[in-house]
Amino acid sequence: MDVKIQSAGLNLWYGEFHALKDVNIAISPRAITAIIGPSGCGKSTLLRCFNRLNELIAGVRTSGRILLDGEDIYGGTVAMTRLRKRVGMVFQRPNPFPLSVFENVAYGLRVHGMRQGAGLEEAVEAGLRATALWDALKDRLHGSALELAPEVQQRLCISRLVAVEPEVLLMDEPCSALDPIATEHIEELMRALAEKYTIIIVTHNMQQAARVSTETGFMLLGELIEFGPTPTIFTNPTDRRTEDYVTGRYG
Amino acid sequence: MRIPPAVTQRAAVGLMWALTILTLGVLLFIIAFILANGLPHVTWTFLSTSPESMGRAGGVLPMIVGSLWVAGLAVLISAPVGVATAVYLTEYTREGRLTAVIRFGADCLAGIPSIIFGLFGFVFFTITLGLGFSILSGALTLAIMVLPTIIRTSEEAIRAVPKSYRDVSYGLGSTRWQLVTRVVLRSALPGISTGVVLSVGRSISETAAVMLTAGSALGFPHSVFQSSRTLALHFYVLSREGLSMPNAYATASILIIAILLINLSAYALMRRFVAKVV
Repeated sequence: MDVKIQSAGLNLWYGEFHALKDVNIAISPRAITAIIGPSGCGKSTLLRCFNRLNELIAGVRTSGRILLDGEDIYGGTVAMTRLRKRVGMVFQRPNPFPLSVFENVAYGLRVHGMRQGAGLEEAVEAGLRATALWDALKDRLHGSALELAPEVQQRLCISRLVAVEPEVLLMDEPCSALDPIATEHIEELMRALAEKYTIIIVTHNMQQAARVSTETGFMLLGELIEFGPTPTIFTNPTDRRTEDYVTGRYG
Repeated sequence: MRIPPAVTQRAAVGLMWALTILTLGVLLFIIAFILANGLPHVTWTFLSTSPESMGRAGGVLPMIVGSLWVAGLAVLISAPVGVATAVYLTEYTREGRLTAVIRFGADCLAGIPSIIFGLFGFVFFTITLGLGFSILSGALTLAIMVLPTIIRTSEEAIRAVPKSYRDVSYGLGSTRWQLVTRVVLRSALPGISTGVVLSVGRSISETAAVMLTAGSALGFPHSVFQSSRTLALHFYVLSREGLSMPNAYATASILIIAILLINLSAYALMRRFVAKVV
């Protein structure tokens, strides 16, 4: 099978704390992969390795390799700006900039050098269409993004991301600040986006992982305990610890 | 015997009210006193003519122009340096010995009496660099003096920018420079302008430091290399040498009104900015 992202012997330390222990995972392209596990198991940390966002924190040390389309992203020749354009991230809380709707979606495009006129308007529209926001927001493109409802804000953040045409979308508990109806809408959006993008979602919500993902990884105390097709992880896991977690014995 | 809590509570509230009213009262009394003594002498002629016979008669136009030059130039020099320092401290370096030294330096600068800045400016800018008593010497001296204020307020404003903006910006592949110029400075602008405005106010009311650097020439300043007497210094000279108390109060009134106007327009600007962005 195809592999979009592969980690090999990935270890990470926050100072003395060993947060990721020898993680080996292979992510399939154009599918949704879920990472589940109790708080503090390292799932968000793992996600932030894929776009090297962990490196903003002081005292982080990483070893091992992560291959994106076969190329080591921790190799010396990789430009961080290009990597993060290819591997984008959606965060836990909707976090639009205090700018207009248009400027939010245009932000990434401008950062990568697109100027007003030269396709910027079209790219912003495409970004908003990708999350089904265009019709609702096309008449208030210049209104503040902070006045939108949380769900719309989160969609806008996804628009901002897909506007720069990434290949991988990292989603760090994208629905944890949303109500159940909004959550359902975002999940539908994720399924639609998975036709084009490789999606990795970290979630606390086991039902959500079961609903949206094709493959699931279970993490505990910095280790990837088990990884496989989502139905297998939830109904017939091999490891005792996975079974205890998905059946709700702890976590 | 124990005093009941309800009584101590009421006593505390009363005391705090009294102290608040006292503070405001002192401020209002000073402003009212100056304006009452000075405003009757502030006429259009006073504002638009040069002083005659050492300030016993005539107006204060050169002092108004000189004050604006000195304060404006000081902040124009100081703001870019101060904001750049704050950006460096918050975005471009991790906390360590160097940042501690820079902060300690800024705090020390903030604690030095202004007459010492004046002496330094006199020795360094006026004599060593050969700038003489001039608007430029005064502005450079004041620029150093207000630098800590600009650094500190800018730093606080930048630190208040949510961390999530940084994550998003880096997550989209921006460089640090793009993050700083497009997001951080933009969000921090209201806070930074507060520091800048405070600095304008402090520059315009400074006396000791400009006396030794900008000098006290009474003529109309035509270039930054000329000496010019500021409003605050003019007030000091008029009252100290007993030349004309009415003109001294009138000068002080102009100074107080100018500072009130600067602060008010800054508030208005900031509010408009915040309303536009958020």
